[in-house]
Amino acid sequence: MLRFISGRLLKAVVILICITVLNFFLIHAAPGDPAAVMAGEAGDADPAFLQQLRERFGLDKPLYVQLWIYVSSVVQLDLGYSYRQQLPVLQLIGERLPATLLLSLSAFVISLGLGVAAGAFASARQGKWADTIISLVALIFYATPLFWLALMGVLLFSVQLGWLPGFGYETVGANYTGLARALDIFLHLILPAMTLGLFFMAVYARMTRASMLEVGRLDFVKTAKAKGLRPGVIQHRHVLRNALLPVVTLAGLQAGQLVGGAVLIETVFAWPGIGRLMFDALSQRDYNLLLGVFVVSAAMVLLFNLITDVLYRLVDPRIKVAS
Amino acid sequence: MADTIDTNAVTSDETAAAVIHPGALKEEGRGEPVVHIDRLSIALPDGADRPYAVDRVSFKLFPGEMLCVVGESGSGKSMSANALMGLLPDTVRVAQGRILLGATDLITMPADALYAIRGRRVAMIFQEPMSALNPLMKVSAQIEEVFEAHGLLTPKERRQKALSLLTEVGLPDPPRAADSYPFQLSGGQRQRVMIAMALALEPEVLIADEPTTALDVTTQAQILKLIARLQKERNMAVMFITHDFGVVAEIADYVTVMQLGRIVEQGTAEEVLFSPQHPYTKKLIAAIPRPGEGLARVDAREPLLAVEKLSKIYRMGGGLFSKAREVHAVKDVSFTLGRGETLGIVGESGSGKSSVGRCLVRLQDPESGRVLLGGQDMAHLKGEELRAMRRRMQMIFQDPYSSLNPREKVGRIIASGPIAYGENEKKALARAAELMEMVGLDPKGTNRFPHEFSGGQRQRIGIARALALEPEIIIADEAVSALDVSIQAQVLELLGQLKKDLNLSVVFITHDLRVAAKICDRVMVMQKGEVVELGTGSEIFDTPRHPYTKSLIEAIPGRAKEALMTA
Amino acid sequence: MKDFWKRFSQNRGAVVGLVILLLVVVLSIVAPFIYTKSPWAMVQRPFIPPFTMDAFVLGTDPMGRDLAAGLAHGARVSLLVGLVSTVVSLLIGIPIGAIAGYFGGWVDDLLMRFTEFFQSVPSFALAVVLVAIFQPSIYSIVISIAVVSWPPVARLLRGEVMSLRSREFVEAAVLSGQTHSTIIWRQILPNTLSPIIVLASMMVAAAILIESSLSFLGLGDRNIMSWGYIIGAGRTVIRQAWWVSFFPGLAILLTVLALNLVGEGLNDALNPRLARKGR
Repeated sequence: MLRFISGRLLKAVVILICITVLNFFLIHAAPGDPAAVMAGEAGDADPAFLQQLRERFGLDKPLYVQLWIYVSSVVQLDLGYSYRQQLPVLQLIGERLPATLLLSLSAFVISLGLGVAAGAFASARQGKWADTIISLVALIFYATPLFWLALMGVLLFSVQLGWLPGFGYETVGANYTGLARALDIFLHLILPAMTLGLFFMAVYARMTRASMLEVGRLDFVKTAKAKGLRPGVIQHRHVLRNALLPVVTLAGLQAGQLVGGAVLIETVFAWPGIGRLMFDALSQRDYNLLLGVFVVSAAMVLLFNLITDVLYRLVDPRIKVAS
Repeated sequence: MADTIDTNAVTSDETAAAVIHPGALKEEGRGEPVVHIDRLSIALPDGADRPYAVDRVSFKLFPGEMLCVVGESGSGKSMSANALMGLLPDTVRVAQGRILLGATDLITMPADALYAIRGRRVAMIFQEPMSALNPLMKVSAQIEEVFEAHGLLTPKERRQKALSLLTEVGLPDPPRAADSYPFQLSGGQRQRVMIAMALALEPEVLIADEPTTALDVTTQAQILKLIARLQKERNMAVMFITHDFGVVAEIADYVTVMQLGRIVEQGTAEEVLFSPQHPYTKKLIAAIPRPGEGLARVDAREPLLAVEKLSKIYRMGGGLFSKAREVHAVKDVSFTLGRGETLGIVGESGSGKSSVGRCLVRLQDPESGRVLLGGQDMAHLKGEELRAMRRRMQMIFQDPYSSLNPREKVGRIIASGPIAYGENEKKALARAAELMEMVGLDPKGTNRFPHEFSGGQRQRIGIARALALEPEIIIADEAVSALDVSIQAQVLELLGQLKKDLNLSVVFITHDLRVAAKICDRVMVMQKGEVVELGTGSEIFDTPRHPYTKSLIEAIPGRAKEALMTA
Repeated sequence: MKDFWKRFSQNRGAVVGLVILLLVVVLSIVAPFIYTKSPWAMVQRPFIPPFTMDAFVLGTDPMGRDLAAGLAHGARVSLLVGLVSTVVSLLIGIPIGAIAGYFGGWVDDLLMRFTEFFQSVPSFALAVVLVAIFQPSIYSIVISIAVVSWPPVARLLRGEVMSLRSREFVEAAVLSGQTHSTIIWRQILPNTLSPIIVLASMMVAAAILIESSLSFLGLGDRNIMSWGYIIGAGRTVIRQAWWVSFFPGLAILLTVLALNLVGEGLNDALNPRLARKGR
């Protein structure tokens, strides 16, 4: 297992370096002077800045030298400087990362847990009204634009009903501490985490349902029936476990979407995470920050992928023994 | 289905009345019947090719007796078994009849009560040992589950019982097998696990649905012996479903022959095997391939094809950091093939017989060795030269369902070879129609798609395609093993006729020694990638020298009674 | 073809989806004729609630623009971006997947590493970065949606081609002397058509969602009225004018839902064996 994880980590690092290279070429492919692109709008007014940047990144040197400088600085965790915010990119991201991790992990758990449960429930009642309703709701959430769902959530639960806060990470100026603060953050978390989670819940519910129906037709399920096992036992012991494998794979593939969704959700809810940071970077044309966020979000996706890979190996004995 | 040739005989059979031998009716001395299936009819959904999957079928199972239910695909034999198990698919329903287990009718029984019967009083084993076990559960857990389902024993006792069952079905090293996952066991071992599971609660009735069809012949022989032994020891009633009359001859006490949902003949094993009355039964028994009919001659002329020290190694996995696993699929295989000769290559799965065929036509590249066709080495040709040589050697494939492109019309499928070699499209299509006629199909069929043809007809189309390039050698890789026995016989006959008419040389690859001995001039037996014996059909069959060949022949089911079977 | 419609229409959801989709298509075609004025034109006072004035059924936005006109014009953008970006990603994904699956070996390794790379990058974030750096325009939007959407196509096609590659009819084609390109075009690709069509319908839906999300973040083409843009513009006034955000979102939901339903219907109709098992 340790060997497997280290192998995966190595692969993740290679991918991250590739992303850095991609970033480098994006900066150069962008219309205009790379220095101006890096500085964002902050550089427009100040030629001294641009000159400073050119020297720092060797922008007058050959391209491969520039690439080397850029990649090696990123490898040393130097994501550059946000000239707009007057702070190192890494520091900006570091401050925001916990909020994003909290949001996306909660959404991940909610979506996977509720999705699998709903899908399993629906498949056991195939063709009955419960199945129809779950399938229909899943289909609708699957088609709903995330940001719109978030807005409607705010409108209903925050503006109209006043049940939940629809803005920010905690109550500004309340200065709660300890448990009270945790509760406050939890209340703030509910709406964004639920909206982000609902879309993916729909994805997993559909997948689980389809996968369970598929597995339910396999020979070993017939064997289980022939043993005289009750349908409930067959469903959870034989069908569900086998049906989860493709769902776990899908969860890994969906991780990228989840992180992307966080950008939208954080924007709507003013959640102080890296997604919100990305939105700010966009509106301020702060490309260095934008690319920094991009690299970090890619790293997050790789982390999610690693988690699902490990999960998969825990569920499926065939891989464990084969390696 | 648009079947013109394969069902010709069937339609004439249908008119014949069912034959019930006196032995089937005699019940004295057989004890009380455990199961009585009484005029059972199972309705198929609307739009199916016939109204009933099973039509007024009646039979009884007695303790300690083995009833073989024989039939080809679609005969309704599995459906009757599923009904007895209460495991009918949702799409069909019981239209009439009773299934009596002892005195209770399983059909009118509430679903809840059936749980107590399944696995406990009636147990079942299936055809595919590969997929019949849960891949994510350890073997012992799957056996222990049977006790758990019926609320019996403590967990510790269940484990003990599982181990003793695994010992009883003859698994080597039971504790290790108990802690294995199914994928770590071979096909035969898995089938033994299935049997252990079915026997766990000492059921009165065991239903075995083609339990040996997916197994190699030597494994099949062992499993058949095991089932027969356990049946006698436990005085169980066994319903054994099979398509193979050899298996019937080996183990049956009583036989029921089914065709298109109806019983056509019923009687004791002796009655049905040695004096069959119904034309359909006669046809099935006649279709059992018998050795010794092939011409035992070795061509003295110069060989058309000479294979020298052919080797093939498969490398699996392996990457930057890990070494690839190597499997020697073919090891130093040498043989010759004369013009007009049929050479059989026989072996069990993993013997390398298919790899030899695929290396000959270069669907796979051999590791080393030479394949001399008319003096030129095929094994190492490339590009255009290979393409030119290839048309001299064509192949007939195993699976009639995957060997034809579903999106191409049959005429085009047959003609595409000549077209690829630059033949005028119109001429090639006209030739395709001629070839259709040659293989016994309606030439108008060239405008239809493959799915409009039956399995046997598709195989004929595959033969026509192979002939289109006018090859000198045909390689038939398990070309009849996916077909029902009666159709198998027709296709073999066609092949023999074409071979004679066109003076073809044939390499016939098969797992079935009987088929090989019947149609081949010489037979080559392979084991684990190596040739163990090569000789004329009768030499191999009547005086085998290698112990492996002997064991293969001994494993052929029903061999002892074969001589007595008359059609 | 007759069978196809019969099976398609057996799925009621698919028929409903098809009807909705046709309505949206018709709307996008007739929009310039009904709402002849530019959707950007200020036509009335701002914040008119919906269903209060007959001339402006859906009310007006904070700039006094007709919301109904915006919706009608936005339909064309959504459908067009969805369609074109899907075509572009098919053009990228199909060759990559087909070549990887057919030739295998190091070619496959190389192409699949490339695909995997794109799959492990957070796709929406990449789309945002691409549009931002190349400046928002209808072209950069289409290209960036295509760039983030092709990997599933390549993977699907590779899987299909690999399984077809080992089918006996393809081996027979090899033996009968057909060239690689003939085999790919005549034997393999026609058999991958149904899964591609099904996937494509779902991809159009996903592309519409991405386009609206980009526009919502202010990365839309400044000259083109789109649904996502209207929602983004209505976001800050959600407390006063819920309808500005509500209706375009509903339009997106219905269109995407319709496409997914049609996709499922196509799946039933094109893969009858699978479908029968799946219901």
